Amino acid sequence: MSLEERLDDLEEAFEDYLEEDFPDCKWSRALNEMTLVVPRGQLLPVMQLLRSNSNFGFEQCIDVCGVDYAAYGHSEWNAEDAPNTGFSRGAERELVTEFEAESRFAVVYHLLSLAHNVRLRVKVFLDADYPMVDSVTGIWNSANWFEREAFDLFGILFNGHPDLRRILTDYGFIGHPFRKDFPLVGQVEMRYDEDKGRVVYEPVSIEQRTLVPRVVRNDYRYEEGCDPVKEEEQEQADG
Amino acid sequence: MAEIRNYTLNFGPQHPAAHGVLRLVLEMDGEVIERADPHVGLLHRGTEKLAEHKPFNHSIPYMDRLDYVSMMCNEHGYVGTIEKLLGIEVPERAQYIRVLFDEITRILNHLMWLGAHALDVGAMTVFLYAFREREDLMDCYEAVSGARMHAAYYRVGGVYRDLPDQMPRYTKEHLRSEKDIKYRNQAREGSLLDFIEDFTERFPGYIDEYETLLTDNRIWKQRLVGIGVVTPERARQLGFTGPMIRGSGIAWDLRKKQPYAAYDKVDFDIPVGSNGDSYDRYLVRVEEMRQSNRIMKQCVEWLKNNPGPVMVGDPKVAPPPREKMKDDMEALIHHFKLFTEGYNVPEGEAYFAVEAPKGEFGCYIISDGANKPYRLKIRAPGFAHMAAMDEMTRGHMLADVVAVIGTMDVVFGEIDR
Repeated sequence: MSLEERLDDLEEAFEDYLEEDFPDCKWSRALNEMTLVVPRGQLLPVMQLLRSNSNFGFEQCIDVCGVDYAAYGHSEWNAEDAPNTGFSRGAERELVTEFEAESRFAVVYHLLSLAHNVRLRVKVFLDADYPMVDSVTGIWNSANWFEREAFDLFGILFNGHPDLRRILTDYGFIGHPFRKDFPLVGQVEMRYDEDKGRVVYEPVSIEQRTLVPRVVRNDYRYEEGCDPVKEEEQEQADG
Repeated sequence: MAEIRNYTLNFGPQHPAAHGVLRLVLEMDGEVIERADPHVGLLHRGTEKLAEHKPFNHSIPYMDRLDYVSMMCNEHGYVGTIEKLLGIEVPERAQYIRVLFDEITRILNHLMWLGAHALDVGAMTVFLYAFREREDLMDCYEAVSGARMHAAYYRVGGVYRDLPDQMPRYTKEHLRSEKDIKYRNQAREGSLLDFIEDFTERFPGYIDEYETLLTDNRIWKQRLVGIGVVTPERARQLGFTGPMIRGSGIAWDLRKKQPYAAYDKVDFDIPVGSNGDSYDRYLVRVEEMRQSNRIMKQCVEWLKNNPGPVMVGDPKVAPPPREKMKDDMEALIHHFKLFTEGYNVPEGEAYFAVEAPKGEFGCYIISDGANKPYRLKIRAPGFAHMAAMDEMTRGHMLADVVAVIGTMDVVFGEIDR
């Protein structure tokens, strides 16, 4: 069976088992990958269904990761007006975060079904103030460390996790480094202090540099049969 | 009778058997492990955050440094995800080159693992043998990319350049006799492909050598049989992939099940264990080396007969040829834009995984249409395996911890990222 057929089967299973019981779950298919967006409150029953129902059979939780959407689509160089106004000399260095408080964070689960040989991405959006979601460690034990990692790096809380400690950052680290409002150079630097005879932490002395500015371009260059010039003419003709 | 007290034992972070920087806090009852708490993250460099601040191509060298004994497989996972987002079809020759080097990488990794594992358990010789062959394979890396380890050879759209027609040779020097140099240059008279072909002829004999040292060795078996047993059910629960899940008897291999590059065009078998213990995983990995050798042979033959491009022709992602740049305005502009700004990846998200030597290595990229990834998540196989440390060592003796670390084949570059 080809990947397309396997995804068709998965879509059918969604229609059979999800549509009625969980009408708020939305699935979409892009680049031969299936994404299922689940409301936060329904995560556990949906995940349980995905694992135990043999039509889904997602026995493996391959990956869990956090995402911070706070700077999504932000461009350090305005490429939209540039043809008319010209580029400015430097990139914008300020940390800009604009987000909808309702859906700043997301937790993304990558599931794998060995029996059906198909992957599924499950996404849960969380709010900015109190990002908390139920832990799936009871369903897949492998989620344990992945959830610890998402907690460490993004500050996402997992309700019911047996051991929610930091995992990757240093002992006594302050902050959640992968959030978009956490600077790349960090907050503190450390050095050995001869007088005190120990390592001391101090605020960072280096400045963050942007070597290549971040640019979002909508030039449609990869869309097939798309001709921006013609589209513009069409728009003008339409009025 | 003396009272036996419980101990908490710190294993690492600086311990020769910890394979890098692992701090293990062990709660012991006498010499039996009651609980193992691995503290990872001592090598955390924030690769994913760094990648968010760099154009897509600049992060390829970071991938080499994740799992620093299977470099090109990591690159493959990363460029594969970007290609998926861009919708690029890689030329067939580049796909075969990628398969060839993925398998060279697999042998490199398994040799390193075999040597280090044997060394941990108490056999010195295998390590020296394994490094003899690693040297030849590193020379292949060097011949194509100029670097022995951190190659940055795979690029979005293909590979950096075609395979060289000439294998670099040893030259005269006062430390080596002429006879020695002649002996070393024997296999280097022809092209890189000739050199690899010669290696694939020799290599099965070398594996036999390792096996005579280990497979039926009484001490080796005493240390590995029945140690770190994982049932198929637990292996699935714990998110195991690669040789770790195959050792437990589940025939799952992404190269076969979800073929990428040219893996659907080559013949090979998936070795599977039956008991799920360290010894089975050893046998699986040794057989994998033989299968890799088989794949390499097929790739060499195909590559010898099928010349062609190794990079896509799309100037938006691949730099134009140097000569063209000198007299073509368009090519010069493309070159300039590509090296100052990079290319933009259409908005969307993708996950692409390869069967790295250690298991499933996957990259999840969210792009918002910029020239840098919005979010890059690296799914490292060792991370899930390391998380099972507690379960695999519980009830074993202290000395078995070393055997379990060895059998998991962990590298902290990828676990800590």
